[in-house]
Amino acid sequence: MKTNVYQASNHPTGQFKNYLIGYFVSILLTLSSFFIVTNHVLTLNTAVYVISLLAIGQFIIQIVFFLHLFNERSPRYRLLVFLLMLSIVLILVIGSIWIMTNLSSNMSIPKQIQYMNNQGGGF
Amino acid sequence: MIYFASFLIGKLNRNAIPSDLMTLGAAVSIVAGLIFGALIITYLHKWKYLWKEWFTSVDHKKIGIMYIIVSVLMLIRGGVDALMLRGQQATSVGIHHGYLSSYTFAQVFSAHGTIMIFFAAMGMMFGIINLVLPLQIGSRDVAFPFMNLTSFWLFFAGMILVNVSLGIGDFSAAGWLAYPPLSELQYSPTVGVDYWIWSLEIAGIGSLLSGVNFFTTILKTRAPGMTLTKMPMFAWSVLCTTSLIIFAFPILTVTLTLLYLDRTMGMHFFTAGAGGNMMMYVNLIWAWGHPEVYILILPAFGIFSEVVATFSHKRLFGYRTMVGALVSITVLSFTVWLHHFFTMGAGADVNGFFGIMTMVIAIPTGVKIFNWLFTMYKGRIKFSQSMLWFFGFVGLFTVGGVAGVILAVPPADFQLHNSLFLVAHFHTMIVGGVLFGYFAGLSYWFPKIFGYKLNEKLGRLTFYLWFIGFLLAFVPLYILGLLGATRRIDHYSASLGWQPLFIIAGVGVLVIASGVFVMILQHVVSFLNRDSLKDKTGDPWNGKTLEWSIPSPAPFYNFATTPIVHSHDFYWDVKNIIKHEPKEINDILMPKNDSNAPIIGITSVFFGFAMVWHIWWLALVSLFVIVAILLKRFNDENPNYLLSADKIVELEENYLIFRQS
Ligand code: HEM
Ligand SMILES: [Cu+2]
Repeated sequence: MKTNVYQASNHPTGQFKNYLIGYFVSILLTLSSFFIVTNHVLTLNTAVYVISLLAIGQFIIQIVFFLHLFNERSPRYRLLVFLLMLSIVLILVIGSIWIMTNLSSNMSIPKQIQYMNNQGGGF
Repeated sequence: MIYFASFLIGKLNRNAIPSDLMTLGAAVSIVAGLIFGALIITYLHKWKYLWKEWFTSVDHKKIGIMYIIVSVLMLIRGGVDALMLRGQQATSVGIHHGYLSSYTFAQVFSAHGTIMIFFAAMGMMFGIINLVLPLQIGSRDVAFPFMNLTSFWLFFAGMILVNVSLGIGDFSAAGWLAYPPLSELQYSPTVGVDYWIWSLEIAGIGSLLSGVNFFTTILKTRAPGMTLTKMPMFAWSVLCTTSLIIFAFPILTVTLTLLYLDRTMGMHFFTAGAGGNMMMYVNLIWAWGHPEVYILILPAFGIFSEVVATFSHKRLFGYRTMVGALVSITVLSFTVWLHHFFTMGAGADVNGFFGIMTMVIAIPTGVKIFNWLFTMYKGRIKFSQSMLWFFGFVGLFTVGGVAGVILAVPPADFQLHNSLFLVAHFHTMIVGGVLFGYFAGLSYWFPKIFGYKLNEKLGRLTFYLWFIGFLLAFVPLYILGLLGATRRIDHYSASLGWQPLFIIAGVGVLVIASGVFVMILQHVVSFLNRDSLKDKTGDPWNGKTLEWSIPSPAPFYNFATTPIVHSHDFYWDVKNIIKHEPKEINDILMPKNDSNAPIIGITSVFFGFAMVWHIWWLALVSLFVIVAILLKRFNDENPNYLLSADKIVELEENYLIFRQS
C-alpha cells in the first residue's frame, strides 16, 4: 500500500450533473437580473428587492452546487469554516460600517473643510 | 531618448544611491557581507549542495530551518536599527542634536517595526510551525509541500526587497503601518512607501499561503485516531493562528493595494482631499493588525503549553479550558480592532463597546496563565532553559497584559495613546511573550531537528541577559510614557529630565544585544560539543507527543509507519508499554525537490522592484514568468517519487542499533 502525503487534495468532488445544474441555474439567475434592469419590467423599488432576492439565490446556488457545503460527511469542516468566515465577515463589515458612520458624522472631511473655510483658511 | 530611458528603468536614476553616510555604510557593509558569503560558498563548492539539499527541498524541517536562519538575521538587522534609535534618543537632548537627521530617524523606526514584525517574528513563527507541526500530528509532510516552499521563497523575496531599499532608493519614513495622508504621494514622494508596500504584499501572500497550508494539514493529515480533542496543544494553537491568518491577511493585501493605487494611479481611497478618507485606512489596517498580534502570540501559547507540561512531568492542567480559551481568543480578536484608534474621533458608544470587548479578551488569556501555573503545581519542575523562558514570560506577559487593559480604557488611552507607555506595552507582549515563547520552543525542539541538545549553561545565560536587558530597556519606557514622552521622538528638551531614563533604556538594548551574542555562541559551542550532547533516545525530555517517538534528528520521511493514536498525550501513555515491536514497513510516496519555488521567489523580487520603480515592462514580464512556472508545475504529472520500504528499514535499523548501544 502506498501512503500519499497529498491526502488533503483527495477530497470528494461532486458529480458532473450537479455542476451542470449549478452552472445553468446560476446563469439563469444572472440573466434574469439583467433582464429586469435592462427592460424596466418592474418599478425601481420592487426591482431592488427582486434583484437582492436573486442575489441571495445565487449565493445559495454557489454554496450548494460548487462549494458542496451541505453534502459533506461529518466532520463537516467545510461547513464549519464557512460559518466562521461568515461570522467574521459580518463582524468586520457591520463593525466597519458602524465605526465609519460614527467617525464621519464626527470627523467628516466636508465638515472640516467647511469649518476651515469659515475660518478664512483652506486646505 | 528620455522617454525610452524612463520606459526602460522607470523612476530609477542616479539619486537612488543613498547620499548620507550612515545608510551608504549600511548598504555597503550588507553587500560586502553578501559577496563574502557567496565567495566562501563558491570556495567550498557548496552551491550545488545548497541548491539541491536546501533551496529546492520540500522537506518541512529544512524549510523550517531556512525560515529560522532568515528570521534570526532579520532579528539582528532590526536589533541594529533599535540600537541606532536608542543611541539617538540617549544623546539628542537640548542643544545636542544626535547623529541622525529626523528623516533618517523616521526611516529607521519604520524599518525596525516592519522588519521585526514581518520578517523576524513571523519568520520565526513559520519556522517553528514548519519544524514541529507535521511531526506532532503524525504526518509525513504538510498538505501542500510545493506551496510550503513557495511560501518560504515569497517571504524571502519580501525580505530582500526591504533590504534592497537600503542601497537603491530609500525606505518608508511613515512608521510600520504607514498611515495616510503621510504615506500618500503628496507627503511621501520617494519610493520608500512603495518598497514597504511591495515587500509586505509579497511576504503577506506567502503568509496567507502558509496559513491555508497548515490549516489544511491539521484538518486533513492527522494520524489516524487523533481526533481534534486528542490533538496536542501546540497543534491547536497553530489551528487557531492559521485561521486568523486566513481571514486577516487578505485585508492587509487589499489595503496595501488601495494605498498603492492612490500613490500610482492618482486614485483617492485614502487621500486627504478629493473624497478620500484616511480614517478608512486606519480602520482596515487594524482590522488586520489586531488579529496579527494574536497570530504571533498564539503559537507561543502553544509552545508554553508543551514546555510547561513536559518539564513539570505532569499532564497539562485543563486541556479543554485551554482549547476553549484559544478558540475564544481567536474569535474575539476580530472584535477589538478599534482600540488602536480610540482617539480618532468615534463617539463614546463605539469607544465604550470596543474598550469592553478588549478587556474581555484578557479573560481567556488569564485562564491560560492560571492553567500553566496549575500545571506546575505539585509537579517535579525541571529548571531547564526552556522553562526559564517560561518564567520570564509569565511575569512580563502579565505586566504587559495589565498595561493593555489600562490602555483599553478609552479615557486613559486618550492620555497614553502614542506615548512610550504604549510602546512599552507592545514590546512587553512581543518580546516577553512572542519572542520568549519562540526561544523556549527552539531550545525545546532543537534536539529533534538537529540530533543534539543545546548547551544549558549558555542557554541560561542567554535568558538572563535577555530578561535583565528587557527590564532595563522597557521599564524606563513605562515611566517615560507616564511622564508624557511620546513615541518616535528624535529630540527633546533637556529641562524635561528624561535623559537618564533614555540612557538606561539604551543600556538595556546593549544588554539584549549581548544576549543575542551569547545565543549565537551557544549554538557554536553546542555544535562543537555535539557528540557529548547527542540525543540518543529521540526523547530527551520525556515528552508526551508523537514527535518524540521517532529518532533524532527526525528522518526525512518523519514516520516509518503511521502511528495510530488512542488518547491525548498518547506517546506518554504507551512509551513504556510498547517496546520496539517489529513494525510492518511500506513504501512511501514522497514529494520530489522542486526548483520552481525558488525561481518564483527570485522572480517576485524583480516583480516587486519593478512595481516600486514603475518599470512596467519588467513587472509584466516577471508576472508572466511566474504564471508560466505555475502552469508548468500544475501540469507536472508526477511530482512524487517512491521511497522503498527496504531503504526505510535500512535507515531505521541503523537507528535502533544506535539506540541500544
Ligand atoms: C491582554 C491583552 C491585551 C490588551 C488588553 C491589549 C490592549 C492594547 C491596546 C488598548 C492598544 C492600543 C493602545 C494605543 O494605541 O493607545 C494596544 C496596542 C498594541 N498591542 Fe496590545 N493588548 C493586549 C495584548 C497584546 C498582545 C498579545 C500583543 C502582541 C503579541 C499586543 C501588541 C500590541 C501592539 C503591537 C500594539 C500597538 C502597535 C502600534 O500602535 O504601533 N497586545 N494593545
Ligand atoms: Cu490590538
